[in-house]
Amino acid sequence: MKIAQKTIKFLTIALIAVFTANGFASGTDKKHDDQNDGGRVNTKSEVDAYILHHIKDSHDFSFWSYTNDAGERKHVGFSLPIIIWTSEGLVTFMSSEFHHNDDGHVIVEKKGLKFAKIHSKIFELEKGAATVSFDKDHHATNAHKVLDFSITKSVVGILLIGFLLLFWFSRLAKQYKTKQVPTGFARVLEPLVLYVRDEIARPNIGDKHYRKFTGYLLTVFFFIWVLNLVGLTPLGFNVTGQLAVTACLAIFTLVIYTVSGNKDYWMHMLWMPGVPVLIRPVLAIIELAGALIIKPFSLLVRLFANISAGHIVVMSLIAIMFTLKESLGVVGATGLSLVLSFFITLIEVLVAFLQAYIFTMLSALFIGMAVAEPEHH
Amino acid sequence: METLLNDFSPGLFVVSTILLLALIALMVKFAWKPILNSLEERESGIENALASAENARKEMQNLQADNERLVKEARAERDAMMKEARDIRDNMIAEAKEDAKEVTSALIEKAQASIQQEKQAALAEIKKNVAELSIGIAESVIKKELSNKKDQLELVEGLLKDVTLN
Repeated sequence: MKIAQKTIKFLTIALIAVFTANGFASGTDKKHDDQNDGGRVNTKSEVDAYILHHIKDSHDFSFWSYTNDAGERKHVGFSLPIIIWTSEGLVTFMSSEFHHNDDGHVIVEKKGLKFAKIHSKIFELEKGAATVSFDKDHHATNAHKVLDFSITKSVVGILLIGFLLLFWFSRLAKQYKTKQVPTGFARVLEPLVLYVRDEIARPNIGDKHYRKFTGYLLTVFFFIWVLNLVGLTPLGFNVTGQLAVTACLAIFTLVIYTVSGNKDYWMHMLWMPGVPVLIRPVLAIIELAGALIIKPFSLLVRLFANISAGHIVVMSLIAIMFTLKESLGVVGATGLSLVLSFFITLIEVLVAFLQAYIFTMLSALFIGMAVAEPEHH
Repeated sequence: METLLNDFSPGLFVVSTILLLALIALMVKFAWKPILNSLEERESGIENALASAENARKEMQNLQADNERLVKEARAERDAMMKEARDIRDNMIAEAKEDAKEVTSALIEKAQASIQQEKQAALAEIKKNVAELSIGIAESVIKKELSNKKDQLELVEGLLKDVTLN
């Protein structure tokens, strides 16, 4: 067991080392004047662009970039596979082929199709077009988006945290086979599991039905929480700030409470008892809109907006270092940015937990409303 | 709103849906089910232990109460037995006294009776002896002094005096 653990640790470190070293050893690129590659950041507009770029999903995993003595731009990180569904079917290649270009200047040719990456989206060029042309709003006129199943940075984040959660909690589960009280890190996890079960699942769903849904709630809680926290590290994940991910989570909750809703729940939704018959259809529309649209929408937007806003605020405060350099001096701007971003990051740690808690709590509440036993008066 | 919609990636949505479904399924199977089962087992174990401790306490109390009751009963029994024994002893003493009295009185009666009898017998013997003696005296008087009438009478009178004195 011990040997196995050591092997896993060694492999992990080795993997990281290989990826980092191998990553963009040749990740040098020529910088276009109007291009922002998420590298050099000095002016206010570059800061804005960098932040917006960070908030988005990314097709490669970069830790940092620098300019070497020869004046070449170097990126440290690793590229990720791009998997897209195009007019010619499935196309895959590595994101390194775009050379960190994000404004559509680098064209990659595969299967006779040309692809460009514009603001973290892969575009397929129309037949015959050699370069992407833009209108004055910077929309591509001769290219269209493709369905992008790439292993993006967010997908890497989901996979990583998924394996981590699986590893942690299956070990906790295994510990119970031999002892009553877990030891080591599992001892930290146990109260968290109990917290979700006793403070979120049980009171909101009710003693009778909570067991069925606790697994989902626990998974969602730890998934969101850990990803929120990882998002605060310099790794720069922004998984829970991706609309697609939060929408996916919200839709899970929607499906669960819609499928498990009992007769009483549907009765109150579609044909509210105790009100005049004429009002009932109106109420039904409102209730249906509430249950099928507003509830999941509030869930997905709340999480997305909170996490994205947190990232934007933290990065903006870090950017004070550059933007206020002239008025405050290097030391003043750096100090101010450090102090402010430190405190905001502390608050973000709280928000990371809070948002996971709120998402799970509201999911439990919605499920609880759907499975609540009718009260007989 | 447009940028939001623009940022929404359908591909990522599909990928994350698949990954999350797999994650939820795996977590439920390998983590949450065994964890929740073990936790519930442990909690019910603790509850049972507490309940059994409470039961043991109650049993102890019952036992103590029983013991006290038994002690009390034993004491009462002992008292009763002692009282009975005392009564029996008293009775026995009384009876013995009675018996003794009866026996002694019977003995006394018997003794008196035998004394009476002896007395009678002795009297009868004496009378007989007196009679024989008087006869002997009379004989000898008659034999010796019948010649002298006066002496004779004196002698008889003297003899008779002695006899009656006896």
